[in-house]
Amino acid sequence: MTDAYQVLPGPECFLPPAAASMGIILPRNSEEALVEGVIVSLDEAMEKAADKLLHARNPFFFPGPLLLWDWKEGVVEKGQAICELAGELNAGIIPMPDYRPKYPMINPAEEINPNHPNLTIWHNKIDVCVFVGVHCHYANIALKIIRGGTDCYTIAFCAEVGHEDAMITFQGMGLAEIRKLTEIIRQKKGGVAGDYAKSSKSGLSVFSE
Amino acid sequence: MITQKVANPDYLFFQSERTKLFITGSEAVNEAIKRANVDMAIAYPITPQSESMHLVGDAYAEGYLKDYFRGENEFSVMAEVSGASMGGVRVFTATGGPGTMRAFEMFPAWAGARLPIVCAFFTRGINSPLTIQPDTIEMAYMLDTGIIMLHAENNQDLYDMVLKAFVIAEQTDVHIPVGVFVDGFFVTHTRDDVRITPEDLKLPPYNPYSAPVPVMDMENVPVRQMRDPFVMKSNFISYACHASWQQEVLAASDRARRYIEQYLEGLVETVNADADIMIIACGTAVSQSREAMAAAAAEGINVGLIKIKCLRPFPTEEIRALTDKCKAVVVPEFNRVGWLAREVKATIKDNTKVVSGPKVFGGMTMPTDMIVDVIRRCKA
Repeated sequence: MTDAYQVLPGPECFLPPAAASMGIILPRNSEEALVEGVIVSLDEAMEKAADKLLHARNPFFFPGPLLLWDWKEGVVEKGQAICELAGELNAGIIPMPDYRPKYPMINPAEEINPNHPNLTIWHNKIDVCVFVGVHCHYANIALKIIRGGTDCYTIAFCAEVGHEDAMITFQGMGLAEIRKLTEIIRQKKGGVAGDYAKSSKSGLSVFSE
Repeated sequence: MITQKVANPDYLFFQSERTKLFITGSEAVNEAIKRANVDMAIAYPITPQSESMHLVGDAYAEGYLKDYFRGENEFSVMAEVSGASMGGVRVFTATGGPGTMRAFEMFPAWAGARLPIVCAFFTRGINSPLTIQPDTIEMAYMLDTGIIMLHAENNQDLYDMVLKAFVIAEQTDVHIPVGVFVDGFFVTHTRDDVRITPEDLKLPPYNPYSAPVPVMDMENVPVRQMRDPFVMKSNFISYACHASWQQEVLAASDRARRYIEQYLEGLVETVNADADIMIIACGTAVSQSREAMAAAAAEGINVGLIKIKCLRPFPTEEIRALTDKCKAVVVPEFNRVGWLAREVKATIKDNTKVVSGPKVFGGMTMPTDMIVDVIRRCKA
């Protein structure tokens, strides 16, 4: 096999490999990002993510515990920035509040679980999703399962070093970077601000009321 | 105990002024632990490991560690260090030979739970009749547990690998255990020059909040896995999740390559890479191979050496590239099965040129002449 492995939307196969084991290597600094397995500049990745989100039919954000719980300084502001970004895109939000196995099933309209994230993708017909605030181990597992069984385009905002199993992954993604992406999206839309509070897509009643 | 300052790992490893001591391998482990900012160590005696954890106990009494105790047996110790690591502290232990085998269930469990435990394995025979003598056979069993495996050649390697193992293990994208393996007695009980980092400097503390899994969450796997399992179900979701989990552990090991390259300066060390005959070895077999190289050179035979520092992840690409043009590969080992030769044979393109041997075991030393004899046969 000589072709370089690419991290692309699936359904890839019965059991797709972990991208890191296929030679996909994360960037060594947050000035770079991964797009479909290739290291690019942060700016290029931001443009690509903005385009993917803007052209999505049904984009959703999946915030995890690191963002949902007010466990350290700055998390609330980051959560508000994600809401603002989602509002700009008229995107839905479905939380991953914890990683508890909830067998036999979760309500996929309200929740996503790292062990079977494909159920939530399928149920809501999500074509582009963003992981944010999910612990790295669980994000990697969920992203790989999504790639294996769905055609959803995955984007990961990681505050640590990123996720090879996402189609676009940022590392060291903080408040400034989220706001920068929001601004790029705003400019691409022509400066029209959205109102997320009026969105009908949210999976969380606290946001949709 | 003197007051210690936290130092950047790169400075501590590569720039700080080192002092030369003439110490045993066990003492080298203790010196490394005193500089590793370890929170907790748990011990259970077994030859040839006992002295090292005894000395770490002394370090605890001096104030270098926050907690230290003796477990009930090796299995208990490995379970107890799991608990400590899940609780978010930096933890160290050591075992060897039958102790490794007794605790075996815990090693893949450590890796699966993404615990950055550092454990030193002082290898010895595990067969019956009971032996306490040097032998690396237990490493064959450890190869597929999911842990990172470093193999020290000598006391200096042992010091550096134990200290650096914490930094490699605790990277967010790695975060799996590191086993530092060393040939019992040959290293543990032998004095050698070891250049150690300053006594007043230590590693930064472990930051559990950058871990890829939550700290001690009783509602989550692995703690919860027996209570509310996706684990036990027979359906595709359960299988796919398990398979993906295992893939992620292997991926973490692959991600460790860049940190091993950074801190250990490569997964392999090469001497005379263009030679027609290459020796591939790890542990103290490397030292014997260096002597054999010199003896062969005196006979006019050009021999090279690939020292494998890291067995998991395995240096596949490095070995392939370095053996591509040579005519023979000699793999001397301190065990009866030749597990390293198996690894090499499974790696290189033309494995008919791999000679598994010489092999010694049961406590035997490996005379240099044994390696030279194999080299002569390759040359003929």
